[in-house]
Amino acid sequence: MKLVAKRPKALAEKPMHYCPGCTHGITHRLIAEVIDEMDIQEKTIGIAPVGCAVFAYDYFNIDMQQAAHGRAPAVATGIKRVLPENFVFTYQGDGDLASIGTAEIVHAAMRGEKFTVVFINNAIYGMTGGQMAPTTMVGQKTATSPYGREAAHAGYPMRVVEMLATLPGAAYLARVGLFNNREIKKAKKALRRSFEIQEKGLGFSLVEFLSTCPTNWGMAPLDALKWVEEEMVPYYPLGVIRDIEEEGGPKK
Amino acid sequence: MTEKILMKGNEAIAEAGIRVGCRYFFGYPITPQNELPAYMSRRLPEVQGTFLQAESEVAAINMVYGAAGAGGRVMTSSSSPGISLKQEGISYLAGSELPCVIVNITRGGPGLGGIQPAQSDYFQATRGGGHGDYYTPVLAPQSVQEAVDLTMDAFDIADKYRNPVLVLGDGMIGQMMEPVEFKKEITPDQLPEKKWATNGAAGRKPNIINSLRLQPEKLEELNLKLQEKYMAMKKAEVRYETDNIEDAEYILVAFGTTARIVKSAADMAREVGMKVGIIRPITLFPFPEDVIAKASEKARFILTVEMSLGQMVEDVRLSAKGRCPVYFQGRTGGVVPKPGEILDNLKRLAGGGK
Amino acid sequence: MPKVIFDSERCKGCGLCPTVCPKEIIKMSDRINSKGYHPAYVDDSDMEKCIGCAFCYEICPDAVIEVYKEEKTK
Repeated sequence: MKLVAKRPKALAEKPMHYCPGCTHGITHRLIAEVIDEMDIQEKTIGIAPVGCAVFAYDYFNIDMQQAAHGRAPAVATGIKRVLPENFVFTYQGDGDLASIGTAEIVHAAMRGEKFTVVFINNAIYGMTGGQMAPTTMVGQKTATSPYGREAAHAGYPMRVVEMLATLPGAAYLARVGLFNNREIKKAKKALRRSFEIQEKGLGFSLVEFLSTCPTNWGMAPLDALKWVEEEMVPYYPLGVIRDIEEEGGPKK
Repeated sequence: MTEKILMKGNEAIAEAGIRVGCRYFFGYPITPQNELPAYMSRRLPEVQGTFLQAESEVAAINMVYGAAGAGGRVMTSSSSPGISLKQEGISYLAGSELPCVIVNITRGGPGLGGIQPAQSDYFQATRGGGHGDYYTPVLAPQSVQEAVDLTMDAFDIADKYRNPVLVLGDGMIGQMMEPVEFKKEITPDQLPEKKWATNGAAGRKPNIINSLRLQPEKLEELNLKLQEKYMAMKKAEVRYETDNIEDAEYILVAFGTTARIVKSAADMAREVGMKVGIIRPITLFPFPEDVIAKASEKARFILTVEMSLGQMVEDVRLSAKGRCPVYFQGRTGGVVPKPGEILDNLKRLAGGGK
Repeated sequence: MPKVIFDSERCKGCGLCPTVCPKEIIKMSDRINSKGYHPAYVDDSDMEKCIGCAFCYEICPDAVIEVYKEEKTK
């Protein structure tokens, strides 16, 4: 009997604390699979954010640092500048990256920092109990938008990938979904591509994962996946927004 | 004897870091320390080092966090408002036990304040401006040469205790030009290996740089471990200088450039027959309590002089434990006290004034 | 023939894997595991229907499932 699929080596054995059906676990596994397939477990350093994934350093069998809220791209910059031959990735939620850490992510992309960002967009703050995030949908009810997010009051959801695409230093930007097996396969392909871009030193790479938060959305896991597909995807289009190699290499 | 060079404080401090193997600097523009990052941006590439201007002091201190965690000998500098922005990062550095050197070329505050020299960041520096029970050693030079020497030592103290170390200058130290020599020359390869660093788990268990301890007992355990370091610092790292305190009736206490002004005042006082001694703390943490405690047993009073409205004076009072009156005299906002002002006050106090 | 193994103690009973199994052989158990979740499983009798596509493995957020297939004999 040949093994087809099993928990990747780079994913720690420790059970994850995420809520049942939360897609954090899928994304963690995809990262670990890419690390295993590229055989870089001994060369990769991850940075955990503040948020539900703050414990990510317990879930990967690699060196990791835990960063202050929003500052992972700055921490990653420090690491990559000291260790240019190593692989560095940050794992950040939408509160971490698109709210308190906006300056850090924009400037890391502007500088073309050669690390990869795994950006989890679940349209809410998870760990702290479901508050509105910059990526919360208009009309979406949260702990701090109990009547539904109102654009006139709290503006429109932030499309991070498109925003960063204005910066030439961003070499690879993609947005992926996890709401069915086909999308999960595409998500892994994009993640693998972002690590290859990093390997070739072509610049900054980020993959945005449209993710679920069953608990704070008040939905069953399957319904949450459907909500991503039906509500989030129209506003957050999936696909590779930029691949520098398809544009003839980095800008001079 | 290494040759002496006339250098501006900010630049000399930068060169001092490079001479002891610092190869990573993350900074941000703010007067009066701008020459420091500018110098690093010229010099670091010459030694295969990395200079980076961050998008903010908040980003800069977190770059320091990453670089230190990756095992680099790393430095940053700023001035008062920028140092305030770095406080959360410094608390994380202490909590994650990461060595680095942070230079504060202090300016007048609060708020945007001014750009002239001041010492009104004493509390922030010595009590920890961030959250939690932590301290950082604070070294306060009074000359460009001492700024060089203390910066060099700061890296060793940081590595010895795996803790951020603060070099507290002021606008004068940063902007003055004085002759300096660089008495040490260390290259990164001569530095001991940092086994705890996150440089890729090759052939070892993964290293984790982290200050999160959700379980209270575990967090208390971490804190008690940090306290052991701070106690050790109090035993081994106290530095101060004294001048004529053996037979002194009056003791002046001042640090940094203010101590040079106090020296002029003391000389003038001795010329008119006043027995005046000086105690100059060089480490503000750990604070030189014992020498002040001893001096307070004999002195008629202690006069503390600062470029602030009274911060170190509280530590002097704690050290004196009420054995003698401890008076305060200070100018702030960037105003530098004059020797004459101090002499007049000294005479007034000696004559029974309060 | 291909087979899947569920680590029922690791499963959180999120119910996603049954929805993606093309052969619809994954069920949610009535019993509960040590964490109080109803773990997913495949009846031994249904195991031969498994085609080893690993869709269940892919959608599982907690790496509960291992998937095996016969060696392709030439």
